[in-house]
Amino acid sequence: MTDYSSLTIQSAISGLRKKDFTSVELTKFFIEKIQKNNELNCFITKTFEIALKKAAESDERILKNSNRQLEGIPIGMKDLFCTNGVKTTAGSKILENFVPFYESTVSKNLWDSGAVMLGKTNMDEFAMGSANTTSFFGNVLNPLKPKSDKNKRLVPGGSSGGSASAVASGLCLAATGSDTGGSIRQPASFCGLVGLKPTYGRCSRFGMIAFASSLDQAGPITKSVEDAALMLQCMASSDEKDSTSSKKKIPNFLDFKKFNLKGKKIGIPKEYSIKGLNENIEKVWKNGTEWFKSEGAEIVEISLPYTEFALPTYYIIAPAEASANLARYDGIRYGFRSNEPNINSLYSKTRAIGFGKEVKRRLMIGTYVLSAGYYDAYYLKALKVRKLISNDFEKAFKSCDLILTPTTPNVAFPIGEKQTDPIEMYLNDVLTVPASLAGLPAISVSAGFNNEMLPIGLQVIGKPFDEISVLAAGSLIERFREF
Amino acid sequence: MEYFIQGEKNKWEVILGLEVHAQISSKSKLFSVAPTSWGGEPNSQVDLVDCGMPGALPVINEYCVEQAVLTGLSLNAEINKMSVFDRKNYFYPDLPQGYQISQFDYPIVGKGFIFIESEGKQKKIGITRLHLEQDAGKSLHDQDIKNSYIDLNRSGCALMEIVSEPDMRSPSDAAEYVKKLRSILKYVGSCDGNMEKGNLRADVNVSVRPFGENMGTRCEIKNVNSIKFIQQAIEYEAKRQVEILEKGQSITQETRLFDPNKIETRSMRGKEESHDYRYFPDPDLPPLMIESNTIEELKKKLPELPDKKKIRFMEELNLNEYDAEILSNDKETANFFEKIVHKRDPKFVTSWITGELFSYLKKIDKTIIESKVTTEKLGNFIDLIMDGTISNRQAKEVFEDYIRSKESAKDFIKKKGLVQVSDESEINNFISKVLQENPKMVDEYNKGKDRLFGFFIGQVMKLSKGKANPTVVNKILKEKLKKI
Repeated sequence: MTDYSSLTIQSAISGLRKKDFTSVELTKFFIEKIQKNNELNCFITKTFEIALKKAAESDERILKNSNRQLEGIPIGMKDLFCTNGVKTTAGSKILENFVPFYESTVSKNLWDSGAVMLGKTNMDEFAMGSANTTSFFGNVLNPLKPKSDKNKRLVPGGSSGGSASAVASGLCLAATGSDTGGSIRQPASFCGLVGLKPTYGRCSRFGMIAFASSLDQAGPITKSVEDAALMLQCMASSDEKDSTSSKKKIPNFLDFKKFNLKGKKIGIPKEYSIKGLNENIEKVWKNGTEWFKSEGAEIVEISLPYTEFALPTYYIIAPAEASANLARYDGIRYGFRSNEPNINSLYSKTRAIGFGKEVKRRLMIGTYVLSAGYYDAYYLKALKVRKLISNDFEKAFKSCDLILTPTTPNVAFPIGEKQTDPIEMYLNDVLTVPASLAGLPAISVSAGFNNEMLPIGLQVIGKPFDEISVLAAGSLIERFREF
Repeated sequence: MEYFIQGEKNKWEVILGLEVHAQISSKSKLFSVAPTSWGGEPNSQVDLVDCGMPGALPVINEYCVEQAVLTGLSLNAEINKMSVFDRKNYFYPDLPQGYQISQFDYPIVGKGFIFIESEGKQKKIGITRLHLEQDAGKSLHDQDIKNSYIDLNRSGCALMEIVSEPDMRSPSDAAEYVKKLRSILKYVGSCDGNMEKGNLRADVNVSVRPFGENMGTRCEIKNVNSIKFIQQAIEYEAKRQVEILEKGQSITQETRLFDPNKIETRSMRGKEESHDYRYFPDPDLPPLMIESNTIEELKKKLPELPDKKKIRFMEELNLNEYDAEILSNDKETANFFEKIVHKRDPKFVTSWITGELFSYLKKIDKTIIESKVTTEKLGNFIDLIMDGTISNRQAKEVFEDYIRSKESAKDFIKKKGLVQVSDESEINNFISKVLQENPKMVDEYNKGKDRLFGFFIGQVMKLSKGKANPTVVNKILKEKLKKI
């Protein structure tokens, strides 16, 4: 069997068009590969039958030359997107056997574009985590290993860890992710991929299981920037079913190819040179600025003074919203229920058993910060700081067009590390959270390696709804990097 | 006379404020497209939001927003151009999202007022605010020995919570306030005002104080669903508080329930047990913005409201205040009256509606609409009285039969042989006969016993089997008696 592992969406599309292979052949290849790589634990639910059926339908369309944008492209769907008739768990015991009877807008858009679902990818429980270690269905392994110790297994990042690992190990051509504080960009960075979080409101949240509604945003994890643009094109829509969905016209994201960065100003925020920033990463960041310079862009130092408050702000707002969003998992109507003689013990047992440790921790934090007497000091204060962080970006974008930063302060770490101190885990998000709080589009593109040949991602943050510039900058990194 | 409670030591003033929950008459729910009609199979009218499915999102129903604005305008209230939906968090089996979407800091409608007539005086009652919120579902505990069931048909239906200032001072004030509010809501069309179905229900805040002193601690009586119960609940609760205070004890702020069987209020939960609802802005819903233009357009849609209508009835139709009030306070009655009074004598029409029609409706315990009495049906009947075809007295006698019948007024009267005799010669014959048969009485009358005039009329009517037109009888009889 031909090895299709290294195909991008773009190359697969042209192969399908040229009839080098069929969608069924592609799909069969990935099915086999997924089965061979079960130990990576990328998928919670595998939907091979559906995949083969859809692939066959796509092949018919291809024969009739009525291809849609992603006709016959096998992808992974993060298990946070409700899929009609297919179990959707959000990585949680509480939804262990939940089968939605409706389709999320993002997944529907992808199916309508001809994409083929191989399965539902593993994730941190309710997207709460940065290492994919909080999933009820077990942790996901990063296919990459440190050069010096090939027995050491690393985390893929999180929360979209299953998606990132699946794409990186060639189990599918691309996958969807969701990003609340870095859940697309950080795993993309850890797995050497491209991860794009579009502007808040670009993709509909309808049918996407909520973690923190004001931050959650769907996006793609892909092997190339062009693939990310293609995926986003199909995922994005303005949706009447989501009141926070943007009504702005959706551009042709592939126009990024025509976008010239010459003369554009690239902002380097001094506050992102945080203590604890890995020196290899710092080096790659520096290289990155040189690449932009050589393309004729101007590098400007900028200041985002409230950056240091972003993480604490995020860890108040996100848990607060989550504490209400997850209240519906009460064992009454669907999902796991611990049968108890009275309603209060039914609630507490169901939720005590149904939720994992990290989810419970955040629900407690969220409940606390909204409580009478603490609301003003925590939640309200956090809302104010969030506004200040947004203002920071708004001001900065007066003197620059894009912002270039590292995606993470460190590379992928071994499984089992950072498990004792939650704060240490939360620090993973320190560079991705500010753009999330401001709702800005941001991409992570793999830009280099450390000594252990572990990938390092650079993040480009853009102005609201300016994904095209962001993609163009991502593409520049892709061209200049030395691999 | 001011209402008060006479304790053993003091005269106590009663302070009342009401929170009225009015379900908006809309086809679909506040944040979903599920229908709101009453009496459907349990859980047959439920959308994703209404049962709190994962990934479900609320989308505001613009119609409900308009109804809230119209209602706000009808309460003389400020419309807030920006309002915010908040999540009110608590766990309850019939609350599928684990929170209720409501409005806390920024309601859609701000301060307003209405006028009520109570204890012979007009009083102005302040409205603190009106906000939009979702209704909860219904727990059913009586379907099974072991299990409870939940019906989510009502879950997500749009409610307006209308909060009054503590401006009421008696059970009558509270009753009149609810009546007036209901009347206005029905006029506007934003709520059908049906208290039996729970589409209008009130939480009553009660406190007492010796006249002239500071506000006392209040208790809130939850979910009282009839005007009678509201009055009973207040009377009981105010007396209970006075007794406690006169014993030198103090009132604990708490939520209480009214038991209509025992006519008493009972503690439901104290302040310590009160929920911390952890309100915060719902991140699924952007702030609700209302354009000035929209408000102006809605103002034009506002119907004539009961207060104005009453004044117009008094000024244009010369009705007395009492009649104008009862004909204007209910929208259906007012519409009925206005249709029927057109080109007819207002006083006459008024007396028939407030007299015969109202007592008929009371007897069958139905509203005008429910009774299916049409304006044509009553109008044609009134016309036959006005033109003398049938006498007023006879009309009253046969009114109920007529209303129940399916015949036209003319056919009905003909069939019953009730056509009034106005022909002078025919009446003359009746009178002559009566006078001939009663020479003694004629004698007495001529000697000055004027009162016997009525006797003659009675005899003529008897002779004519009630068909003689009394006006004509009167006229001819006077002439004839003079001549003797």
